[in-house]
Amino acid sequence: MARTPARNGRDLGFQGYRRPNGRVGIRNHVIILPLDDLSNAACEAVANNIKGTIALPHAYGRLQFGKDLELHFRTLIGTGANPNVAAVVVIGIEPGWTKRVVDGIAKTGKPVEGFSIEGNGDINTIAKASRTAKEFLHWASELQREECYINELWVSCKCGESDTTSGLASNPTVGNLIDKIDPLGATTCFGETSELTGAEMICAQRAATKEVAEKFLATWRAYNDMINRHKTNDLSESQPTKGNIAGGLTTIEEKAFGNFQKIGRNTKFIDVLKPAEAPSKGPGLYFMDTSSAAAECVTLQAAGGFVVHLFPTGQGNVIGNPIEPVIKLTANPRTAREMSEHIDLDVSGILRREMTLDEAGDRLIDIMIRTCNGRLTAAEALGHREFVLTKLYQSA
Amino acid sequence: MTTHFIVHDARDTVGVVVVEDVKPGQRLEGWVMEGDKTIYVDALDAVPLGHKIALQDIKNGDTIIKYGNDIGRAVADIGKGRHVHVHNVKTKRW
Repeated sequence: MARTPARNGRDLGFQGYRRPNGRVGIRNHVIILPLDDLSNAACEAVANNIKGTIALPHAYGRLQFGKDLELHFRTLIGTGANPNVAAVVVIGIEPGWTKRVVDGIAKTGKPVEGFSIEGNGDINTIAKASRTAKEFLHWASELQREECYINELWVSCKCGESDTTSGLASNPTVGNLIDKIDPLGATTCFGETSELTGAEMICAQRAATKEVAEKFLATWRAYNDMINRHKTNDLSESQPTKGNIAGGLTTIEEKAFGNFQKIGRNTKFIDVLKPAEAPSKGPGLYFMDTSSAAAECVTLQAAGGFVVHLFPTGQGNVIGNPIEPVIKLTANPRTAREMSEHIDLDVSGILRREMTLDEAGDRLIDIMIRTCNGRLTAAEALGHREFVLTKLYQSA
Repeated sequence: MTTHFIVHDARDTVGVVVVEDVKPGQRLEGWVMEGDKTIYVDALDAVPLGHKIALQDIKNGDTIIKYGNDIGRAVADIGKGRHVHVHNVKTKRW
């Protein structure tokens, strides 16, 4: 694959926030994080009191157990630990599990403090937590961006409301970017386990080692077995979705080969991550076991520590994330025209043969670096903050 | 020249329409990306943007090839130039 000769790690510098644990963020959020559904109201009240902080309400956290509970803690702690977050206020209904989340986030060295509601009530909790949130916000607002390099950047990708233009052009554009930044030491991630069905054997061939390939196939089989246990039909309209079908995608196999274009042509993946697990094998491409639903997947990747997200769409999925900026690109000319406020990069020129894939990849690198420097994404400007926890099974 | 449809791989039995106004009877120009070749097909249906058109006669039960790979099976005979979608193709999985 052709590579722009001038590209190297130094050229791809950006202004980021270097955190106490050495990781680099591109945003500087102070978040108000609920342990559980019961604490959403208090968190939203604190975020309303202290302008510039954001609450991350969600639906879960009570009576979960086993692997599902582990995933809940891993996701909340990972979200707080993400380098796009400067400081965290955690609020829970009781102090025990609240402390568990606080202690997990504190390992990064960033400011974090927990509050619990039982024995205090919402109003006193909100008052105390608001004072702390205000201190954190003042402190965070004086942090300065500094020069960082592409080998410090963690990039995730996932496509949504895909259509055939995704497989033809917008997903290969992401793949072109991955092939260009992988040799420069970037850390990258793809997921969407069910959405590799039909292409799973081809995907396994892209694993760096036989062990990683086996780990990937075991992960894919477990997800596929779960689908087979629960399905009531061939999943048409669920996976592929109604929107996928409207856009011309017919089967999961077709969708999978399109999806798979996002990892480029050369790059090998070096490990398989559990949902919301942070990479631990150094720079390279990772596969994360995730749902293919956009908000669930991006929430898990953000919890894994990824700081900027590349999101190709066909029919116009509008997703954002509260802490990880989501950059949207499309190759569908109708979507680019009719939903332009959601699109950060239009690559429909590839289909008209006015733009090469190599040029599209360079443009995506450019908008990614600008986003890292502070340019707001369309989803940020429109206030999309979908924070959706993955639940593995019913609560007790 | 307008590229009306794009084909991923020379082995593919379907192409993707990339313009918005394909009408029955229209002669379509296609670009085969792998190998950079030009091919022509006469459309027999109004195939919407993003939807697939048969590049050859496909028999009920045949495997549909796209990306050079198996993307499902035909559940009806599909003539060259016809619209290929959920009404005549199903997954082999699930």
